[in-house]
Amino acid sequence: MGLDNLFLGFQVAVTPFNLFIAAVGILLGTIIGVLPGLGGANGVAILLPLTFTMPPTSAIILLTCIYWGALFGGAITSVLFNIPGEPWSVATTFDGYPLAKEGRSGEALTAAFTSSFVGAFFSIVLITFFAPLLAEVALKFGPPEFFAIQLLTFSSFVGLGGGNPLKSLATILIGFMLSTVGLDIVTGQLRLTYGFTDLMKGFDFIIAVIGLFGIGEILLSVEEGLRFQGAKTDMNMRVVLDTWKILPRFYRTFVRSAIIGFWMGFKPGGATPASFMSYAFAKRFSKNPERFGKGEIEGIVAPETAAHAAGVAAMLPMITLGIPGSPTAAVMLGGLIIWGLQPGPMLFIDNPDFVWGLIASMYTGNVIGVLIVLAFVPFFAAILRIPFAILTPLIVAICAIGSYAVHNSMIDIWYMLIFGVIGYVFKKLDYPLAPLVLALVLGDMAENALRQSLIMSQGSLAIFLTRPISGVITAFALFFFVMPVLTPWWRKLRGVSHGKAASARS
Amino acid sequence: MRAVNLATAALLMLLSGIVIYDALRLGAGWGLEGPQSGFFPFWLATLLAIVSIVLFVQALLSRSEGPFVTGERFLPVLKVLGPLAGFVLITDPPGPWSGLGLYVAAGLYLAFYMRWVGRHDWRMIVALAIAFPVITFFIFETWFLVPMPKGPVEAWLGY
Repeated sequence: MGLDNLFLGFQVAVTPFNLFIAAVGILLGTIIGVLPGLGGANGVAILLPLTFTMPPTSAIILLTCIYWGALFGGAITSVLFNIPGEPWSVATTFDGYPLAKEGRSGEALTAAFTSSFVGAFFSIVLITFFAPLLAEVALKFGPPEFFAIQLLTFSSFVGLGGGNPLKSLATILIGFMLSTVGLDIVTGQLRLTYGFTDLMKGFDFIIAVIGLFGIGEILLSVEEGLRFQGAKTDMNMRVVLDTWKILPRFYRTFVRSAIIGFWMGFKPGGATPASFMSYAFAKRFSKNPERFGKGEIEGIVAPETAAHAAGVAAMLPMITLGIPGSPTAAVMLGGLIIWGLQPGPMLFIDNPDFVWGLIASMYTGNVIGVLIVLAFVPFFAAILRIPFAILTPLIVAICAIGSYAVHNSMIDIWYMLIFGVIGYVFKKLDYPLAPLVLALVLGDMAENALRQSLIMSQGSLAIFLTRPISGVITAFALFFFVMPVLTPWWRKLRGVSHGKAASARS
Repeated sequence: MRAVNLATAALLMLLSGIVIYDALRLGAGWGLEGPQSGFFPFWLATLLAIVSIVLFVQALLSRSEGPFVTGERFLPVLKVLGPLAGFVLITDPPGPWSGLGLYVAAGLYLAFYMRWVGRHDWRMIVALAIAFPVITFFIFETWFLVPMPKGPVEAWLGY
């Protein structure tokens, strides 16, 4: 049954127009991934207005392909310029840049792209089989279950995000608060507008994404005075083929990293820890761990496979539950709503051609993607040699155009500017930005789910714990929320017992 | 660093105060048909107030880890922000004045920044400052039918 649907999806995805759209998306996405200040999330956000007049399936194919392209593009800057475009390509620089300095950038890039492809492919196959199952389960969910899942989503930022958990919690709350500004559709009252008519429309998360990630990132990179002086590329067909002959040796690393990537990836914020984790594992299981960090191909294979597997896995909760696993998936979710589709499990019943077209396009998009990036590396690397005084105003102007286009409103460009400054300050102070964006996107859904649940229970919060499914999910969420408090104690306890064991032995 | 951490925490406290005030006006309790409009914002803001107080105390107890940013490094940031604000202002200033439109403003902004920060060659500047608006114009206005704010130049050209 699943394969029938996938076949239907391929009929949608493999039309000349949609293949063309996919290629354009990959090309744009890779450029976006290479450029500083333009990552997957805000690249997709800026180009979202261009899809308003497209059929939804082509539109989502364009956006997802931009996302794949941006994931590929991150590897190019990491290897050639030692600048990770995204946090999850940090681990790729460890071995990628040393290889490039040795003049083996062709090998490094081929390994990175191939690993990305393998990781993505693994996740796509799993999505193909798990998505319909998960959607079927989710169809039985009521408001309490959905609210519990939201809690779980945000608790994982607090519990697993690293950094100061209170700062994560603060940005989540800010995001939710921003989402309540404007008209309350349930009661028809205006909230938090304090009489300003401009605030009636509320804050659009797309503007927030462009400001926080786009402008904020630009400000940060001019402050750090980034200069792109990178290694040269020696990509050609022979290098690619020679590297492909070596890669099958690392099949264990591929499988292990892909599993880590998928497992971490469908939880929010999972791509970065997944890439570091699989790097650490690859090093531990390697026969020559001392080569890691000095230019070991396996040190590129591990993080790239995991990061791409995680990036794809972030789409799973987005299409099945309507809850995005990453800011980029959140922007796509916003797109779905704009195109007139209702995100969530009903998509599989109401719009099977859309869902399966999307899933099939993940296969075609990644195949096209790996071919395009392998062929055009010198072109993408050349983009970074454009002087900074040209790139900066170009990117800023594109961000402004993108912000205006969302609602045709000038005030949005000003919001973008303000969000840009907030993004710059927050990033310097280690306030995480992804939870803010996700909370802003999911705010209305979360509030409605909470309201309906409380109406069902006549105002008792116990409803989230007494229903079996939501009870389990809420319990997990609460565990993650208190984890930052528990971990130091746990460490202390273990530290003490370790100490005892050590002294007993001696 | 410490000062900015303190200021941010203080601003968050202020923000939660503003939200709590309006949430109480709307009613943060139980209405005729479930939670009132202010219910959700009220609890969010209350939580944020607690979190920001703790963050404030944390920042107060922490030792300073160097300045947030040095003046020398902050200058390029201002050099991006200033022209950007100017760009938005001349696109369409608030109030009754009409602006130059986004395309012309973008071209001017690009030229200004390239000359001011990059000291680029004038020929290059003119070429890019014309090419960028023209290309984006065709992509947005004619290809994808997404209108941008337009000014006298576009009107003169018949758009």
